[in-house]
Amino acid sequence: MIETFAALAHGMAVAMQPMNLLYALIGVFLGTAVGVLPGIGPALTVALLLPVTYKLDPGGSLIMFAGIYYGGMYGGSTTAILINTPGESASMATALEGNKMAKAGRGGPALATSAIGSFVAGTIATIGLAFLAPWLVDFAVRFGPEDYFALMCVAFVTVSATFGDSPVRGLTSLFIGLTLGLVGIDKLTGQARLAFGIPELLDGVEVTTLAVGLFAVGEALYVASRRHHAEEKLEPVRGSLWMTREDWRRSWKPWLRGTLFGFPIGALPAGGAEIPTFLSYSTERRLTKHPEEFGRGAIEGVAGPEAANNASAAGTLVPLLTLGLPTSATAAMMLAGFQQYGLNPGPLLFAERPDLVWGLIASLFIANGMLLVLNLPLVGLWVRLLAIPQPWLYAGILVFATMGTIAAKPSVVELSMLAAFGVMGFLMRRFDFPIAPVVIGLILGPIAESQLRRALAISLGDPLVLLQSPMSATLLGIALIALLAPFALRGLGRFKANED
Amino acid sequence: MRSENLPHAPARHVDRAGIVIAAALAVLAAVLVWDASKLASTTMYGMGPEAMPIVIAIGLVILAAGNLIDALRGNLPPRESMDPKPVWLIIGGLALLIAIIGFGGGFILATSALFVTTSAAFGRRAVLADTAIALVITTLIYLAFDKLLTLSLPAGPLERLL
Repeated sequence: MIETFAALAHGMAVAMQPMNLLYALIGVFLGTAVGVLPGIGPALTVALLLPVTYKLDPGGSLIMFAGIYYGGMYGGSTTAILINTPGESASMATALEGNKMAKAGRGGPALATSAIGSFVAGTIATIGLAFLAPWLVDFAVRFGPEDYFALMCVAFVTVSATFGDSPVRGLTSLFIGLTLGLVGIDKLTGQARLAFGIPELLDGVEVTTLAVGLFAVGEALYVASRRHHAEEKLEPVRGSLWMTREDWRRSWKPWLRGTLFGFPIGALPAGGAEIPTFLSYSTERRLTKHPEEFGRGAIEGVAGPEAANNASAAGTLVPLLTLGLPTSATAAMMLAGFQQYGLNPGPLLFAERPDLVWGLIASLFIANGMLLVLNLPLVGLWVRLLAIPQPWLYAGILVFATMGTIAAKPSVVELSMLAAFGVMGFLMRRFDFPIAPVVIGLILGPIAESQLRRALAISLGDPLVLLQSPMSATLLGIALIALLAPFALRGLGRFKANED
Repeated sequence: MRSENLPHAPARHVDRAGIVIAAALAVLAAVLVWDASKLASTTMYGMGPEAMPIVIAIGLVILAAGNLIDALRGNLPPRESMDPKPVWLIIGGLALLIAIIGFGGGFILATSALFVTTSAAFGRRAVLADTAIALVITTLIYLAFDKLLTLSLPAGPLERLL
């Protein structure tokens, strides 16, 4: 306890340095500005802004990242409320009620309850992160390579199969990511895999190239292909920006309940903020004293899911920082941000670079506070960004997306890969394959492989080592159940349907 | 891909696109096995570099079968009609960008080409005006990144004038 406070105070001292405050401010500002653009979720926001941080030192860059991360989340909910195009599925519940509120001229209070709710949830969840992390780190230092491998199997399965629409399509996405993760020089033997004699491929597939290709280029192609369908309509913010006493009274409980859903589910290696946001939405719908307003713009339906969304975002940082395990596309991009400095999150990083980790956690608090102060007064500016005509908006997004790759590696091969991943992202959207598992597979696949090989090398090739460690055996069991459960449940569902 | 023109096709209908996807996954698995077969296994204990590609290839074959079953049963989610022209315009813009970078035309020309084609793909017809806007924006980006953040972006004839 006391150590946590001391570490956090030290982190605050790092984060409060004027230069770091400036980085946090720039991050928050850029994150909101990019996140507010329609169709751009937090993962893409982080991927697009990664090149901006190339020249900073790791500390400053991670602090800017914290700002971008939270800023992207805030920006996404603004878009969901004002034009009903959630940039990611976690904002869908917000769009449900928030857009109805905006149509009814209550856009101001909807934005306010989502901003304040995000602040409340983000702060509570970051406190949770600060206290849970050291405890998990103590636990994680005892992990052997086989335990890590088993943990990653759980993450693979839950991210791709258990909670998606179709386990087959989710696993297909994961395996495409795992295949991409094989490309390049094998770290243990120095042999090239899947490089086909192309020197640029020896370094492997760049996570940012994959993410920007799949998310930005893929999204632009997809939106362009169905432009002839309904145009999205921007709701102007009319009336007061502020919440009435009644709005406050109806918002505070949903905020807290949303946080309670969001943080624990986000912290589990299960991935995704969709489940807590929808749990929160249905709970608020059941508990409300104004059931007639649901579906027509109930403030509880914005306050709860928005809080759940932000709390789970902070929750995903728990496995990311303590175990190096990203469970969402955004967390995978954060991991890429660490890796560009050769840093690997996990128990070791807490011991070796406490200033970095605790500086990052402390700047999450600061970024959250900055967003609350910035967002409500600046909402007019964000609304104007939303009004950029679609042709220029997507043209600008693509210029910015390719610029990141051009700045990192201005080669024809790298740019062709970006374009190819863009086409792949388009096809995946069209045929309804989830995208996050590809990114997770690319980033976690090589780590899982090297842990497994390390475990087998230590055991002199005996595969039973995976079952001898109780931790690893339990985790592999969980992974197996999580893999088979959706198939079993689907079979059960069909069985029932036949009986009827 | 002919079924794309029928957004409300009957649910139980063989999906050709799904069969193509399943075939692509099987081909990918074959490439993995072929590539792994060329690796020398040098590890004494445990797994060599060729083990993981084989495991992933087996997974891909199983998933290809799963996708094939979904396609044959017509279990794929319904798709909306699509307009292929803007997609090809943007892909053409990306190809143009890659060519200009490859032949040393520089950042400004390359990204301007992408800007104009994308904006045309989204329905803009004012190509000259968009070209002017694109040149101004990309020049500003170039200056900001090259001079302020000292990131080196590829220089062509236009960049050398700055």
